[in-house]
Amino acid sequence: MSEEVSEPIEVLRLPVELEYQYTAGKSASRFLRGLQQGKLLGQRCPVDGRVYFPTRGCCPQHGVPMAEEGSIELPDVGTLVTYSIVRVPSANIPLELPYVTIQVLLDGADTVMMHVLGECELEDVHMGMRLEAKWKPEEEWETSVGNILYFVPLDEPDAPYESYKEHI
Amino acid sequence: MAELCGVMGIGQTRYAAKRQELSMPGLLREAAERALDDAGCTWADIDAVVIGKAPDMFEGVMMPELFLNDAIGGAYKPMLRVHTAGSVGGSTAIVAASLVQSGVHDRVLTVAYEKQSESNATWALTISMPFSVATVAGAGGYFAPLVRGYIRRSGAPEDTGIRVAVKDRQNALKNPLAHLQLEDISFDMVANSPMLWDPIRYLETCPSSDGACAMVMAKESIATQSTKPVAWIHATEMRSEPTMFSGRDQVMPRASLDNAAALYKKAGIQNPRDEIDCAEIYVPFSWFEPMWMEGMLFAPINEGWKMTYEGATALDGDLPVNMSGGVLSSNPIGASGMIRFAEAALQVRGMAGDHQIDGARKALGHAYGGGSQYFSTWIVSDQKP
Ligand SMILES: [Zn+2]
Repeated sequence: MSEEVSEPIEVLRLPVELEYQYTAGKSASRFLRGLQQGKLLGQRCPVDGRVYFPTRGCCPQHGVPMAEEGSIELPDVGTLVTYSIVRVPSANIPLELPYVTIQVLLDGADTVMMHVLGECELEDVHMGMRLEAKWKPEEEWETSVGNILYFVPLDEPDAPYESYKEHI
Repeated sequence: MAELCGVMGIGQTRYAAKRQELSMPGLLREAAERALDDAGCTWADIDAVVIGKAPDMFEGVMMPELFLNDAIGGAYKPMLRVHTAGSVGGSTAIVAASLVQSGVHDRVLTVAYEKQSESNATWALTISMPFSVATVAGAGGYFAPLVRGYIRRSGAPEDTGIRVAVKDRQNALKNPLAHLQLEDISFDMVANSPMLWDPIRYLETCPSSDGACAMVMAKESIATQSTKPVAWIHATEMRSEPTMFSGRDQVMPRASLDNAAALYKKAGIQNPRDEIDCAEIYVPFSWFEPMWMEGMLFAPINEGWKMTYEGATALDGDLPVNMSGGVLSSNPIGASGMIRFAEAALQVRGMAGDHQIDGARKALGHAYGGGSQYFSTWIVSDQKP
C-alpha cells in the first residue's frame, strides 16, 4: 500500500446513458417520412383551421385529432419571426459559435418552428426577413428535421410586422 | 377553504455556486432545520412533508424525494413531490398550503432545492430528441427570442434590462444569503458584460446556485400561538398552458394574465399596484421584470418597462420588486420560486433584515417556469383575511 495522501474526493463525474426505443406513432411517422422525401407536411386543426408544423397529430389547444383530410404540404420558405445570437456553448449542439437560433413561420403554417440561420452576417439578421431552407444533399436525407441544414436569407422584401406579430 | 393557513417558520440556506461541504440531504436539512427553529417546533410536530425541485435530469438523481425525506428527518411521515419546472418552488408551497387549508394536515413542512454544482442544467435543458435538431442552448437560448419580441412590441428603451440587473444586484448587497455580492455593480459593468444570448448580456442573467428554502405552515389555531409574526395566506393561484399552440402569445402568455386576475379576485384586490406593498417576482433574465409587471397586471400591456425606468420597482419605489436580490442574485432553480414566496412572507412578518420594506403588510410571491407556461403565485399579509 502506498502511503501517499491524496485530497479527498468530493465530486465524481459519472456519465450515465439511457437507451430507448422511440415509437413515433402514426402522425409523426407521416411527418418524418415526408421529411425523408424532402416534403414539409403540416396538419390542420379541425376546430379553428390553423395549420400546425411540425405536427404531432393532435391540437394542443383544443385537444382534438388533426383534420382527417391528411397532410398539407408546405413550401420550404418562410419568415423569421424572432431570433437570438447565441454565444454560449452547449455539449449537445454541434454548431460553431456564434450562431443564430431562429423561429421561422413557414408560408401557409400557423405555428413557428425553431431552427438556425446560416449564410448571413450577424449584423444583417432582423425580424421579418424572408428565408429559405438549405437542405442536405438528397442522398443523406433521413427521417429527421436535420435534413434542413439551416435557413438562408431570400432576396425578397421583408414581411410586414403585422403578418407575423401574433407568432412571437 | 376550510382552514386559514399561516406561514410560521422560514429557513433558507446561504446561496453559493458550490456548497460542496454539504451533501444533497445536508443542503435540504440546513433549510428545513432553520424553518423548524423559526417556527419554534421540531420534526415531531410536523404531519407531512412536501418536496419540490426542478427536473431530475439536472442532478441525474431520479426521484430524489424518496431518500431525501428520510435523510432530512421526515422518516415515516407522508411525503409529496411537486414538479412544475422552474415554477416548482411556488407550486410546492401552494400544495403544502392546500394540505393545511383543506384540513388534511395541521402542520406541514415544505422544502425546495437545487444543487447546481452537482448538475448541468444547460445540458439537461438541451436534450437531443429523436429526429430533431437541438438549436436552443439552455434557458437563455429559449427566452432570448421572447425578450426580443417584447422589446419590439413595447418599444422599451434598450437599457431597461441593464437597469433591472443593477437594481437587483444592489438589493442583494443587503441580503447576506444572496449568492452574488457584487460590491462594484454599475450600469457600465452590466452594459459592458458579454452578450451571451443576444439581447441578453452575461450580467443580465441569473447565476447557478446551490441552495434550499423551507417553510413551516400551520392551521389557524396553531399559527396564532406562534411567538413570532405569522404571514397569513390570503390567496394562492396556479395556471398553465401548452408550450406550443397556434396563436399562443409567448411573450405575454394568457396563463399569466388569467393567473393574476384570479389571484387578485380571490384576495379581494381591486388595484394591485396600490394595494400590494412589495413583490418578489421570478426574474431569471433582467427583461422579465418589465414583462411580468404586465403579466401580473401592475402595468398596462407594453408599459411594464416604465415602472423599471421610473424607479417604481426600486427599494424606495411605490412597488419594490425583488428586495432580496431576486433570481438574478441567487438561483438554485427548484428553490427559486419558493424563495420568492418565502421572501414575500418575510416582508409581511417584518423579518427581512436590511432589505425589509417598512410597513409591508401585503406582499406577492411569484414563480414561472417551462416555456413561460407554468405560473404560481400567492399573496400573504400580516393580517388574517
Ligand atoms: Zn386546435
